[in-house]
Amino acid sequence: MSHAEDPSGDRRDFLYYATAGTGVVVAGAAAWPLVNSMNPSADTRAASTLRVDVSGVAEGTQLTVLFLGKPIFIRRSTPDEIEAAQAVELSELPDADARNENIGTAEATVANRFVSPTGGEEIDPSAGGWLIMQGVCTHLGCVPLGNGAGDFGGWFCPCHGSHYDTAGRIRRGPAPQNLPIPTVEFIDESTILLG
Amino acid sequence: MSGIPHDHYEPKSRGEKWLHRRLPIVSLLYDTLMIPTPKNLNWMWIWGIVLVFCLVMQIITGVLLVMHYTPHVDMAFASIEHIMRDVNAGWAIRYIHMNGASLFFIAVYLHIFRGLYYGSYKAPREVTWIIGMLIYVLMMGTAFLGYVLPWGQMSFWGATVITGLFGAIPFIGESIQTWLLGGPAVDNATLNRFLSLHYLLPFLILGLVIVHVWAFHTTGNNNPTGVEVRRTSKKEAEADTLPFWPYFVIKDLFALAVVLVLFFAVTGFMPNLLGHPDNYIEANPLVTPAHIVPEWYFLPFYAILRAFDQEVWVVIIADTLTGGIVDAKFFGVIAMFGAILVMALAPWLDTSSVRSGRFRPMFKWWFWLLVVDFMVLMWVGARPAEGIYPYIALIGSTYWFAYFLVILPLLGVIEKPLPQPATIEEDFNDHYGGDHGTPGSGTAASAPSPAE
Repeated sequence: MSHAEDPSGDRRDFLYYATAGTGVVVAGAAAWPLVNSMNPSADTRAASTLRVDVSGVAEGTQLTVLFLGKPIFIRRSTPDEIEAAQAVELSELPDADARNENIGTAEATVANRFVSPTGGEEIDPSAGGWLIMQGVCTHLGCVPLGNGAGDFGGWFCPCHGSHYDTAGRIRRGPAPQNLPIPTVEFIDESTILLG
Repeated sequence: MSGIPHDHYEPKSRGEKWLHRRLPIVSLLYDTLMIPTPKNLNWMWIWGIVLVFCLVMQIITGVLLVMHYTPHVDMAFASIEHIMRDVNAGWAIRYIHMNGASLFFIAVYLHIFRGLYYGSYKAPREVTWIIGMLIYVLMMGTAFLGYVLPWGQMSFWGATVITGLFGAIPFIGESIQTWLLGGPAVDNATLNRFLSLHYLLPFLILGLVIVHVWAFHTTGNNNPTGVEVRRTSKKEAEADTLPFWPYFVIKDLFALAVVLVLFFAVTGFMPNLLGHPDNYIEANPLVTPAHIVPEWYFLPFYAILRAFDQEVWVVIIADTLTGGIVDAKFFGVIAMFGAILVMALAPWLDTSSVRSGRFRPMFKWWFWLLVVDFMVLMWVGARPAEGIYPYIALIGSTYWFAYFLVILPLLGVIEKPLPQPATIEEDFNDHYGGDHGTPGSGTAASAPSPAE
């Protein structure tokens, strides 16, 4: 049992560090499930896609749905609105990025903001188009008013006076970005899938 | 306990001695209650008791409210109306709880500015000050969480804006925000956890209050002269002080009674004076109120948050230097928390060796300007962020930081303080005209005697 040499040296240091290290790891492993329990639960995560029937949306009207706690504007734009948006030079836009999750970084052109009802890449103004975007002002998160509100015929945020045009692009006011377009696709002619 | 010499508890009966050997709790209570307190304390030294009263009142009314409240997005708003209309005296309990939060903050701001004027934060009371600042931050957290529970429009949108501040943190902000909310937006999970935390934090505050009291019982109270109580002998200490019980307890209870008359006048006749009418509209994630304003007690810091927009040159410099990581939104968040941080660091930023503002001719002016600045920020925080208001907010925010970071360090160097009284006894006798038979070192010889 007895050791001739001094037992207090490296061996004891090693035991201290090993015990403390194990303690830290165990404490962390015990704490993580508790911290993680505050993250979104399974049913919240399961609600991260939504099918919307848009057959009832007539040209020139807007449907607002609540998706992931935020309003989504689904607008069937008129030919006039699309032509008005096409007439704007990109250099006039405070934010020239399309802010479209479906295509990544791209210019804020009409083709990159609207979805064609005929399913093609190009937007034909005479056929109208779908504008589907998150209805949350990029300034401080208020919900903008629609139906041609504001000085550019699109949306207007009453909180701090941000004006968006008919393509949902910021034109004037404190908001820094265009209204974002979420991940969305048409799964048939009258149903869209969000998320 | 206290470093000031005074009588201690002596167990006399057999029962007292029996308990004292096993648990000296009577001794602890005696020493706490009989603490020698500077006898020149003025009426600004009553807010501590008012604050303790507020905490207890809020806990009692809060525990009762939870018995009738339902933390669910579909039922929370209706359960508040149930409390207001159906629960016996529910209206009174809720209005007291609601306005109690306002009284709590009025008292804490007066308490903090008292400490700033009389230099109560200076050595050796830095720990008391830091603990006080922690209590203040927890109070703000608790008040914010509580305001969300009625699930009105201001509750919902206030929660959206304030949790959005965490989203402004670079890289990890969005994960933190989602973790705090328990989902992509403010929803049922958020409401549930906010109730849980709103119930938890007051008990943490209670624990910190005990540590706060312990800390200043160790150092002794500051007083309006900032001169320390003499500790060289018990006789001199007794000339400078009076025991907390009964002298200061009675004084504090009188002050509390006056404060409560005003409190119940407001609570009884104007219960919604400090509230916002939009919070009587049920929360609706599709409609934003035209003008989101926080409760009045947050307004000065809300003004600082909004003051730093992308047109302010310090923001532009920070944005450029960090390659866009510190943008205007994050800068505002840093400024808001920084405004509280610089106040917490006052003990180390103030270089003057004189504690009380009474003997600091230049400091006085800057201090009162800070009080005015605080009021201006509170006013401008409730205005919309347009026109002249952002400029006023920016000037106000700049002064707030300048006071702590520039003026306090410089004043200690350039200011020539006025002569201070040698002892508290001297100040007391000057004020009340002579010696009233105090057992101290006599009328004339009130200078501190040598330690031998």
